[in-house]
Parts: sequence; C-alpha cells; structure tokens
Amino acid sequence: MLRRAGLSLGQFLWRRKSSAEFSCSFGKAKMSRPVQAQKLEGLDKNVWVEFVKLAATYPTVNLGQGFPDFSPPDFVKEAFVKAVSGENAMLHQYTRVFGHPALVTILARFFGKLLGQDIDSLTNVMVTVGAYEALFCCFQALVDSGDEVIIIEPYFDCYEPMVKMAGGTPVFIPLRPKTPAPGKLMSSGDWQLDPAELASKFTRRTKAIVLNSPNNPLGKVFSKKEMELIADLCVKHDVLCFSDEVYEWLVYDGKKHIRIASLPGMWDRTITIGSAGKTFSATGWKVGWTFGPDHLLKHLRTVHQNCVYHCPTAAQEAVAQGFQREFERYGKPESYFVQLPQELQQKRDRLVQSLLAVGMKPIIPEGTYFLIADLSDFKAEVPDLPDCEEPYDSRFIKWMIKNKGLAAIPVSAFYSTAQKRNFDHLIRFCFVKEEATLKAAEDILQQWKLKKTGP
Amino acid sequence: MEAPGMLFVPQRFLCLGIRTQLLKTVSSLRSFRFSALATMASKHKNAKRIEGLDSNVWTWLVDLVTLVSLRVEFTKVAADPSIVNLGQGLPDISPPSYVKEELAKAAAVDRLNQYTRGFGHPALVKVLSQVYEKICGRKIDPYTDILVTVGGYGSLFSAMQALIEEGDEVIIIEPFYDCYEPMVKMAGAKPVFIPLRYKKAGNSASSADWVLDPTELASKFNSKTKAIILNTPHNPIGKVYTKEELQLIADLCIKHDSLCISDEVYEWLVYTGNKHIKIATLPGMWERTVTIGSAGKTYSVTGWKLGWSIGPQHLIKHLQVVQQNTLYTCSTPLQEALAQAFLIDFKRMDDPDCYFYSLSRELEGKRNRMAQLLQEVGLKPVIPEGGYFMIVDVSALDVDLSDMVEDRPYDYKFVTWMIKSKKLSAIPLTAFCGLETKEQFEKYIRFCFIKQDSTLDAAEMILKKWSKQIA
Repeated sequence: MLRRAGLSLGQFLWRRKSSAEFSCSFGKAKMSRPVQAQKLEGLDKNVWVEFVKLAATYPTVNLGQGFPDFSPPDFVKEAFVKAVSGENAMLHQYTRVFGHPALVTILARFFGKLLGQDIDSLTNVMVTVGAYEALFCCFQALVDSGDEVIIIEPYFDCYEPMVKMAGGTPVFIPLRPKTPAPGKLMSSGDWQLDPAELASKFTRRTKAIVLNSPNNPLGKVFSKKEMELIADLCVKHDVLCFSDEVYEWLVYDGKKHIRIASLPGMWDRTITIGSAGKTFSATGWKVGWTFGPDHLLKHLRTVHQNCVYHCPTAAQEAVAQGFQREFERYGKPESYFVQLPQELQQKRDRLVQSLLAVGMKPIIPEGTYFLIADLSDFKAEVPDLPDCEEPYDSRFIKWMIKNKGLAAIPVSAFYSTAQKRNFDHLIRFCFVKEEATLKAAEDILQQWKLKKTGP
Repeated sequence: MEAPGMLFVPQRFLCLGIRTQLLKTVSSLRSFRFSALATMASKHKNAKRIEGLDSNVWTWLVDLVTLVSLRVEFTKVAADPSIVNLGQGLPDISPPSYVKEELAKAAAVDRLNQYTRGFGHPALVKVLSQVYEKICGRKIDPYTDILVTVGGYGSLFSAMQALIEEGDEVIIIEPFYDCYEPMVKMAGAKPVFIPLRYKKAGNSASSADWVLDPTELASKFNSKTKAIILNTPHNPIGKVYTKEELQLIADLCIKHDSLCISDEVYEWLVYTGNKHIKIATLPGMWERTVTIGSAGKTYSVTGWKLGWSIGPQHLIKHLQVVQQNTLYTCSTPLQEALAQAFLIDFKRMDDPDCYFYSLSRELEGKRNRMAQLLQEVGLKPVIPEGGYFMIVDVSALDVDLSDMVEDRPYDYKFVTWMIKSKKLSAIPLTAFCGLETKEQFEKYIRFCFIKQDSTLDAAEMILKKWSKQIA
C-alpha cells in the first residue's frame, strides 16, 4: 500500500518487497504494509548482537565485548547496596529528571575543577542511561536532515547509525597509520589525522564532529596539538563537538587526557560525554552524563524528557558516592582513577607480549582497555576469499571462536562501508579482564603458536 | 559566569516525595533559561524534531513548588505548612521487602554489574514470557516477542520511533498521559485527538461514566491512521475499558489495518467489580498490538525505570532495532532483581497473597478514603475503576481566581492557588489534553493516592480545615 506520492523506484521496490515478506510470513489479520519507520532502514545489523551471541554460544575466553569480568570496586558496590537497602525508600522512586541532585552536584564540582570552568549542576549537567543515551540525545537534539557530521575512523560503531537515524550524513576521515621508528612497535599514537584532509571535510553543512579520545577501538589518546587542530576548525566553521570521553581515566605511559572543552573557544560548542560504567567498572549500571553549555544542553534535555525521562535512582546515588570519594582522593595513590589505569597498563603489556609471541602484531594503545592486533601473518590459517562479502576479520574471528575458543571483535566493524576492506586484517582484544582470563588467553595463544611452528 | 545562589529545599520536603531537592531561586532559573548567548550562531539551533517539545506540566509544577517552598523559607512561617504532594504519580509507600532484597543480592554478584543482553536480561524476559503466557493464553517467545526498556516510557518511545513516521496519523484518546503527544510529534507524525466524554449527570461519578462515542471514534480513522494509543487502566481518569469498548477499538484497527500501542502499566491495579482485559487477546489483535508494562507500577519502584514491550516478532524486532541505536541495554542488577521478584509472584499467581493482587486491595482502601475526604469538602471525585489516580471536579468550590493574571486554564490557576494557600498539590487535568478540549477538562484536577497513611492523614487535615472555612 503506497501512502505517499512520488516514491522513488528504489523505495517503491523496497516497500513492495517488504509487503510481500509480511504477507507470506504470517497468517491472516496482519499488517499488509511495511510497518516500520523508514528511518530504521539499514540500522538493523549490529556487530555486538552478532558477536556477543556467538561468544555466548561456544565455550570461549572472551576478550571481545568491552566489559570487565571483575567486580566494580567495593566502595561503589557498597554504596549501591546501601542505597537500595537503606532507610530511604524514596531511592526506589523517581528522582530529578535531568539527574539525581547528589550526582549532578558532585559531577559539576568534579569536572568544573578539571576544566577550570564554572559548571552549574542544574543547567550544565545531564545524566543519561549510559553514555550511549547521551550520544543519542546529542544527535537527536542537534542533527537535522541535511546536516553533515564528521566521524573519525575507526569509530565506536553506534556513531554512524545514530547520525543516520537523525537524518544526518556521516562524513568520514580515517586515522592513517605512519610507520613507527625502527625497532619500535607500532603505537596508537602513530595513527594520525592528515591536517589538510581534515580541513577538507568541513563544509557549510557540517554541524558537528564526533571526537572519541581515548579512542575505541584503537586506544589513541589525542595530543594537545591534535586537539587544537580540531578545535581551530570547529571555531573557524562554527561547528559543534560531541566529545566521547568515556575512557578518560584509562591513559598509560604517563600520557595526559585532554578535555577539548577546556580549549579556547570550545566550551560553548562542546558536549562532553562520560560513563560510570567505564569509570567505575560497572558497565551494567548504565549511568552516563553529559556536560556543556546550557544553550546546547537544553536541547538534549528536551530529547531526554521525551525519550526515557528519568534515569534509575539508586545507581545514580551510588555513582554520586563514588565520585565524592574520588574527589577527596583526587591524584592520590589510593584513588581508583590512579589505581585502575596502573593495573590495566600491566594487563596491556602482558597481552602485548602474548600476541607478539604468537606472531600477531599488536598496536600498543595509549589508552582505553582495547588493543588492536594485525593479522597479516595469519592469513594462511583462514584463507582470503576475495569474493566473499563478509570482511576477513569477521570470518577470522568466527573461526577463532569455534576452533580456538578465543573471542575478539573485528575492527572492520568500526569502519565505514567504504573503508572496511582496507582495515579488515585487524582484530580488537579487550584486556580489562581478571588474571585468570588473561592467563587462559595466553595459554590458548601459546598452544596456537606451538601448533603453527610444530614440535 | 556568575553562579546564581543555590537554595536547598528543607529536609521535610524530601520525605514527602517532592522531586527536586536542590533548587535555585525561580527567577534566576528563569533568567538562566532565557539568557540569550548572543555570540551563538544559528548553527547551534536544535533539530526540527524537538521544536516545541521542551516544556511540560512537570517542569511547571516543579517551578511552582519551588516558588512556594522558597516563600516558606523566606517568611519562616511558624506553622510550617509543608506541601502535601498528591501531584506526581510516585508511591511514597515502600516497595515489598523481597523486591529490595533481591536488588541488594544482585548488586553483590560481580557479573551482574556488567552488560547483559541488549533486548532484555535472559532471566527477566523468560519470566515475563511465563507470566504473560499465562494471562494471554498464547505462546510468547522471550527473545523475539519481548523488549525490556527504560520504564514504560522507554517502551512508548521505542514503539513510536520504530513504527510511526512522517505522514502517519496517530489517534490519542483524551485525557492522555502527557508524553504521548510530544512523542508522536517527535516521530514526525500527526496526533489526532478524541475525547472521552462524560455521559451521566449526578453526584458521585465513576470513571466508567467516561466513554468514547463510537461514531466519533470511527470518524477519526482513515488511511493515514498508523496507530491508536490505548491506555487501560487509564491515567488520569482511572477508567478500565470493558470488553465491548475494546472490541469497538479492535474492529476499527482491523478495518483500517492500524496498529494498537496499548499502555497497560497499571494492569494490576483494578478494583472490585472490574477486570483488566488485554486488547492483544482479542481476535485479530495480537498481530497488530504492542503491549506495554512497567516494573515501577507493578512493584511500586518507579525509580527502577524498567518496562517492557510485548508483541509479535514482526513488530518487536523494529523496537529492538531502535533499542540498539538509542541506549543499547538496560541496567543488569535491576533486571535480575525484577526477574527474581517476578518468579516469586509468578509462583503464587493463583494465590490472593500475590503482590499483584494485594497491592490492588491496599490501594482500593486508599481510593475509598481519598474519595470520602474529597466529598466531605464539597469536591466531586470521579471514582476510578483502576490505577492510582483520581480526578476531581473543583468547580463547585467556585474559587475566585480572577486576580491571577497568568494566561492559563482554570485548573492550572486552581492548582497554583491550592498549593500556595492550602499547601496541597495536585496536577491540572488540562495538562493531559489537546488544545481543543481544554474547556471540557479545565474544572478537573488529578490526585495521586498511592501514598502512605501519614501522607493521607496530612491531606485529610488540610481538607478538613478547608471544609470548615467553606462552611
């Protein structure tokens, strides 16, 4: 049933096909026309749904999806238990829509200090259901049909469908790997933006650029100079910046995480996104936040109040307690924000060694808890199939899950369609795992190596 | 940037369930909101989809309560007339202890603090399928026919984003839970309103007296009608649609090949003499209905923000696509705890002690008490057949509000006056209707009665004092 005049042939055929699918699959009394909104077109595939299911189906050592397999620190767990079983039963009821007062207050204080910016808890901070919802609110609030949004590749995969769902056009620019100095392993720092290329991506239609530092999946921590490059272009072209900083505490080798909102001219055009899941190793709590100028945040508030409205109360209370504790210990050895990256750096180094030993080429991440390895030497085990639609890394990982019991994520999932083929020999490992898991992974890799090199 | 002064609402307000605990002066709040940052270029404008969707009754109420509490603070009224909050729909009764205990237990398990399955935690979707299979008398696949969302609100949003778009019309029955309209608009579609009409004359009205006109309803359906939103038991009136009324809607949905988004968050709260019927169980309706439920309303835990959508795979799969592009997954420990609580009550679904029924009995008592208190003061409550709200006709009091200059309907002014002078809050009913029907509903206000005895006692005191003043 055609409900709009002037459909293009492509749309017509798509709709006819969908109608046919519906009519064939089900009995009487069903929808005879395509039922779903057009905005969902092409958004149904999702790397996580596929690979999480796969890793759960086979017995695997799971270094795939990004979540810790160890506990959040005791002080936040205790705060959560206290919040739900304490005397104040109102912590089981609705709290303030834009963020539980205790949480927005401490976030404003904490990040205001870090940014050297006066942050108002009520108008410059908004709590969301994980950083994921924060991203969603940014795009829905500020991206319209016809707007372009610059996305740096490789990117956390949800940016692209979210831009599209908002009717925007993603404009991609890849980080380009430079050859490391002789004798040195490749680092995420060797992957860089070409300044001229970046400048060329900014047009009259550019509404925003998405920045993710530290970067998932590469682990790159953008330097001040790189940030200034981006900031200058944002200011010059009056473009917004959505800055996904969920891994802000996970930086290694003495590197510094720079908050682009703190650069000149950037506070008024930047929305900064954070995550309790990554900050406190509690991904299942789904508490995130945004901060930025009121004139931008008010639009995110409108989306939020028409989308989920409130966020769960108890977890917000617990996260507030966690931040309060960290505020008091900031920079000190007993701070979780100091201890966690120290611990993860060691895990990183250990995994790097295991991968080197087996002949994979790791790219040393400067931050996050992800590590990319180059598979080029492994092509013999899983043959190249040039005509195959599925990217090599995806096929490799499926083989690896079934045959080696080790799960990872294909890096081509973090690339645009145009670039997937160029980056399909890389896989992403997650190392925020307990000792036993990393040891098990090590054993698998060792066995694998022995099998390859023979007795 | 000068930071406006921060004022804290006194502790006593917190225990009465007023949401905001940290407040600014309203004037600074307003000037902050409207301050024009002249340097901002038009590129920083909002997307068209949210144009006009920013304000709602809840922000209005919060501002108002703020203003009143600040005045109390400033004038230091000795008698301390704390505002008794019967406005927003949140329980100040405690959730059952086993529900809280399950959450504490879940939080102590390491892996339950990490991501779970995006479309719903396995333990939860499995028990939901069991509970609803029993009720609906049909097989429900936990993985394809269910989506767990951030509250019933999140389900409404996912359903609309998934199934509604520009060019569509969506029928909304007035009065309606206020988010339906902005959500339909945000999806780019056109809301088409039809009011429930009060059929009877006389004193103690019942929510059953509010009905749809069949001819009028039929006239709202056309080839563009993508869906109708049904809410039963109904917020704010408390109506529990009868089988005949549901059949009327179902027949039209089938005739026009429309969907039904059925908001049934109050499904357990039906009072003596009434039965909650799921429209999805009527012939021809399962295939075209998305039914929405809520943990917040089921277990008196509104702050858990867990809800679910149940329906046929060919509809739910699109809601799942929305989920994976909006927030991906809901909280793990909360879902685990909810699953355990549901298992406990599933096992006793044939037992009157089941929380689904015991809560309803408890609330029926509160409903009756509330109605009596209101009648004693000369107000005319509409006795709800379900839900935990009661609407009240305040016109008999004939309060003179002509000195209030705000350009707002009568009920907004009445509630403003009532909060300031009686320290009792409610919600104006016109917040729940479209522009055309404001006149029909502006003499009503909505009270929430899922409140502990001490809150109802405080309300009683205010109402008794009020009735003495009128006499």
